[in-house]
Amino acid sequence: MKKVIANREIDVNEEGYLVDFKQWDREVCECIAGECNVVMTEKHWEVIEYLQDKHHKDEPLSIRGIKKSGVINIKEFYELFPGGPLKKSTLIAGIPKPKSCI
Amino acid sequence: MKNLVILGAGTSGTMMANHLVSKLPKKDWKITIVDQYKTHYYQPGFLFLPFDTYTEDQVKKEGKKFIPKGVYYIQKKIDKILPEENKVALEDETLSYDILIVATGSKIAPDETDGLLGPLWKKDIFDFYTYEGALALRNKLREWEGGKLVVHITEMPIKCPVAPLEFAFLADSYFKNKGMRDKVDITYVTPLDGAFTKPTCTKALNYLLKEKQIKIETDFAIMEVDNDKKAIVDYVDREIPFDLLVTVPTNMGDEVIERSGLGDDLNFIPTHKHTLQSKAHENIFVIGDATNLPASKAGSVAHFQAETLTDNIILYTKGFKLKQEFDGHANCFIETGNNKALLIDFNYDQEPVHGTFPFAKIGPLKLLKESVFNHWGKLAFRWIYWNMLLKGIPIPFVGRNMSFKGKKFDIKADN
Ligand SMILES: Cc1cc2nc3c(=O)[nH]c(=O)nc-3n(C[C@H](O)[C@H](O)[C@H](O)COP(=O)(O)OP(=O)(O)OC[C@H]3O[C@@H](n4cnc5c(N)ncnc54)[C@H](O)[C@@H]3O)c2cc1C
Repeated sequence: MKKVIANREIDVNEEGYLVDFKQWDREVCECIAGECNVVMTEKHWEVIEYLQDKHHKDEPLSIRGIKKSGVINIKEFYELFPGGPLKKSTLIAGIPKPKSCI
Repeated sequence: MKNLVILGAGTSGTMMANHLVSKLPKKDWKITIVDQYKTHYYQPGFLFLPFDTYTEDQVKKEGKKFIPKGVYYIQKKIDKILPEENKVALEDETLSYDILIVATGSKIAPDETDGLLGPLWKKDIFDFYTYEGALALRNKLREWEGGKLVVHITEMPIKCPVAPLEFAFLADSYFKNKGMRDKVDITYVTPLDGAFTKPTCTKALNYLLKEKQIKIETDFAIMEVDNDKKAIVDYVDREIPFDLLVTVPTNMGDEVIERSGLGDDLNFIPTHKHTLQSKAHENIFVIGDATNLPASKAGSVAHFQAETLTDNIILYTKGFKLKQEFDGHANCFIETGNNKALLIDFNYDQEPVHGTFPFAKIGPLKLLKESVFNHWGKLAFRWIYWNMLLKGIPIPFVGRNMSFKGKKFDIKADN
């Protein structure tokens, strides 16, 4: 599926998650954040980088992982990305939605 | 003489002992299995204990009875794995190994959640993931007069991810049969965004919750249990009050994994998802709940893994390349109450779908649809478990890899 983000055609899945991380950049990121009603701050960027780093190392993402991230605590995580913080932050970070590991 | 050591004589370890004893040449290999307990529990039965459906005797047997002749059984606590020395330290002796299979499972860690082990633990707060917990809950339910029942999952992954939902369904039936359903308010609380862990299931099965008048709270990441207010509280200060809390605490691998420096945050061992070899050491293999694989932590999954792992162990002993075979295949019955059940079949990539099982068009089991047949299937699983599964006897017609025959790929996962 294609979606126009930041005046560019970006490949996304049915839920809007980027399919190809190479198409992600700060502009795309800010656009998606805007759609989620999130205004990016220094702290947001720090979290996004942490998530991308974990993803590229193939390490699963979880709320528990955030607790041990050293970047922020869970309460702050919820404040930065209200609603479902993991779902939103990964969407903004251009990486897949964490699987629930059934 | 070479040594193959299996750690843990639960579902997976016992299956591996039974598979390998006939496949590894006796003159070359000594097989040893270690477990701390005398008793082997049929954990799927813990779901039924609280409702007086099963008795204590139906869910436990002496573990040694299932270990085949020719395998050395040691009943001791495992203290530490020393991968650099190819040794395992038990409480009072040390074993050397050429190949190690880790099958130490996972268990609840209630101390991971603030307030869970507070004054209400085992008074108004129970787990049913342990034998003791399930029995204590049974005794509570026998005399409980009703109120707010909250069924809760702390965080994923948990073993048998559908068990908490089954608990809620069975509770609905249980209270109906006792003629007190109107006195009980059931709420299901999950950290996920839907009742089922798989989106296609949520779509096909959400009607069940409505039908049974079970309320649902999603995206709930618990911060603490407030013992004074009798409520669970999440990180955005959402409070859910309870009179009786049935929770599935955080599931973690055994401490021995942490002591040995082999695990992740939750003491699960990083494992290659198609071969079951550990990522850090080529002569250490991992099976069942002890792995970090994105597959269900379930006995049926361990059963499929055991077949692949057996082949890979043999290949490894002969110096061949391992098979990239295991596909995350899971096959689970879901009890829905009133003597009915559902069946779901899926793998790493393929979401559960409608259709028939195990034979295309014929069944007799129906995928993703409630039926009495499926319920019998679930009850039969106990017999199959003790008499076939543990002994490594293949379950007829059900292959280690997921089959696409008889399945309708009709529900898209879009939520
Ligand atoms: C309530 C409930 C319902 C379930 N329902 C189903 C179902 O319907 N279908 C299904 O397929 N699965 C179900 N399961 C899951 C299933 O029981 C597990 O996935 C399965 O038992 C995993 O097997 P395992 O060998 O990996 O771990 P286990 O069977 O838990 O075995 C681990 C063994 O290792 C031993 N051990 C661990 N650490 C040490 C140590 N340090 N020293 C010595 N010994 C040690 C333990 O004593 C234990 O015997 C259910 C589980 C629960 C709790």
